[in-house]
Amino acid sequence: MQYVLNGVNLSVRSGEKIAIMGENGAGKTTLIKHINGLLKPTRGEVKVLGYDTKKTPVSLLARHVGLVLQNPDHQLFAETVEEEIAFALRNFGYPNDIVKKRVEWALNVMDLARYRRTSPFLLSGGERKRVAIASILSYDPEIVIFDEPTTGQDYLQKQKIAQILNLLSLQGKTIIVVTHDIEFAAENFERIVVLSRGTIVADGRPEDVFSDIDAIRKARLLPPQITACAIELQKHYPQINVKTISVDGLCQQILKLVNPFLSS
Amino acid sequence: MSVIEVEDFSFKYEGSDFWAVKNINFKLEEGELVLITGPSGCGKSTLCRAFNGLIPHFYSGEYRGSVRVLGHEVKETPTYELARFVSMVFQNPENQLFASTVEREIAFGLENLGLSRDEIRERLEEVLEIIGIRDLRKRAPFELSGGQQQKVAIASVIAMRPKILIMDEPTANLDPVSALEVFQLLLKLRRELSMTIIVVEHRLELISSFVDRIIVMNSGQIVLDGSPRQILVLPEVQRIGIGVPKIVLLCKRLREKGVNIPSLPLTPEEFAEEVNRYRTRQSY
Repeated sequence: MQYVLNGVNLSVRSGEKIAIMGENGAGKTTLIKHINGLLKPTRGEVKVLGYDTKKTPVSLLARHVGLVLQNPDHQLFAETVEEEIAFALRNFGYPNDIVKKRVEWALNVMDLARYRRTSPFLLSGGERKRVAIASILSYDPEIVIFDEPTTGQDYLQKQKIAQILNLLSLQGKTIIVVTHDIEFAAENFERIVVLSRGTIVADGRPEDVFSDIDAIRKARLLPPQITACAIELQKHYPQINVKTISVDGLCQQILKLVNPFLSS
Repeated sequence: MSVIEVEDFSFKYEGSDFWAVKNINFKLEEGELVLITGPSGCGKSTLCRAFNGLIPHFYSGEYRGSVRVLGHEVKETPTYELARFVSMVFQNPENQLFASTVEREIAFGLENLGLSRDEIRERLEEVLEIIGIRDLRKRAPFELSGGQQQKVAIASVIAMRPKILIMDEPTANLDPVSALEVFQLLLKLRRELSMTIIVVEHRLELISSFVDRIIVMNSGQIVLDGSPRQILVLPEVQRIGIGVPKIVLLCKRLREKGVNIPSLPLTPEEFAEEVNRYRTRQSY
């Protein structure tokens, strides 16, 4: 039997915002499906908010863990965007007035108010993604997991998603994002977990993880463009710090390099 | 004869109030590797559909102007004829995968072209090797991860050896190294099979150094058209809301501070070379 995940040890603290990265088939989606109990561990245990997922029904975990799938079409089904968003709330037994309020909030946060009575299937790919996100946000789970939220999104849409992740984080939620988008991960997360062939090969701050060339290579990742530039530069100029992620950070170093007597 | 000739092309989807693309004029020559980019809704997918005939044969609406692909007027040519030389890889691989095994998926198009068993087998092996999915050959496509599915979709299209290959966000689900491999593959296809290739992408960091030409669209129109080094530095690109590669932002920032790097680098290696050259010039 081939293990998709093998000896994974991971703890995520309340309020953390982490990105999980790794090659195609590394086990990222498999891993996150364990968090809401859709999958149960073959060996070992998964504890979420104190609940042992092997002993807890998915329906209970689902109240606390929202999972937004990679392909929104895998979770959309209702006749209108409004109904889609209201569904979980109604299932959990919330009274009508609360459902209305939450649906309004979710529609506005995801900029979908004008589509409230539209069928989700008539919307564009990016818009359907937003509907899927809205339907999860509406019931306010403590933990929100996003599987590849930025695929197919243009730059401005990605910034909006980053803002939403920030907003959720400020609300005290724990955010887990599976992503291939290196630049997005580098800019928006304080902790990056790199999974490769079922095991964690790196876990730490972006500047540390993205300059760990071995781990990056194993997981078929590339460093963010700025870090890659720093790494190349460092081959000629040892004073360059490879743990650089920002444009400004590298700019300052290069200015010092070309004008060593200039104080920036 | 240009491979694709678009003249005053406009299209409005049925039931829509606005033009998805307006007065498009452009030509594509054989062997070009072109990137089309622009914010969501700018018309890039619409334009791609106009090349393989999905517009107007599958998507109806108001069609104006002319789109000629290898001399064929698209609105007068059935899609099965166009399919002989134009192939498209969709954004969501699930929309094109259907077979019970990866092998069957790849063979399907080839069978439809009427190729011999030997030819099919040869192309199958070649494509599995090139894309690096030999170990997936007997697997069911719907069981694979998103990224693996994307590789299978790309493989099945490349096996057809189309003259014109259109890829709509082909690396959306791929890990970065796989994305790089796909782009390197495009160079190979262009070189060995004289393919003309159109790539639609939002993430420009990796693709920019591979393409000859970048076409920027906004609100249904082509607003910029030129080489990557010409286009990416223009302020309009950021203003339109396109994610300019960080390396370009870095060079712009350095220029602001008086460090003028004359030739815009598009890869980290080129960047290091340029900085080196700058320092060498400095010491004179």
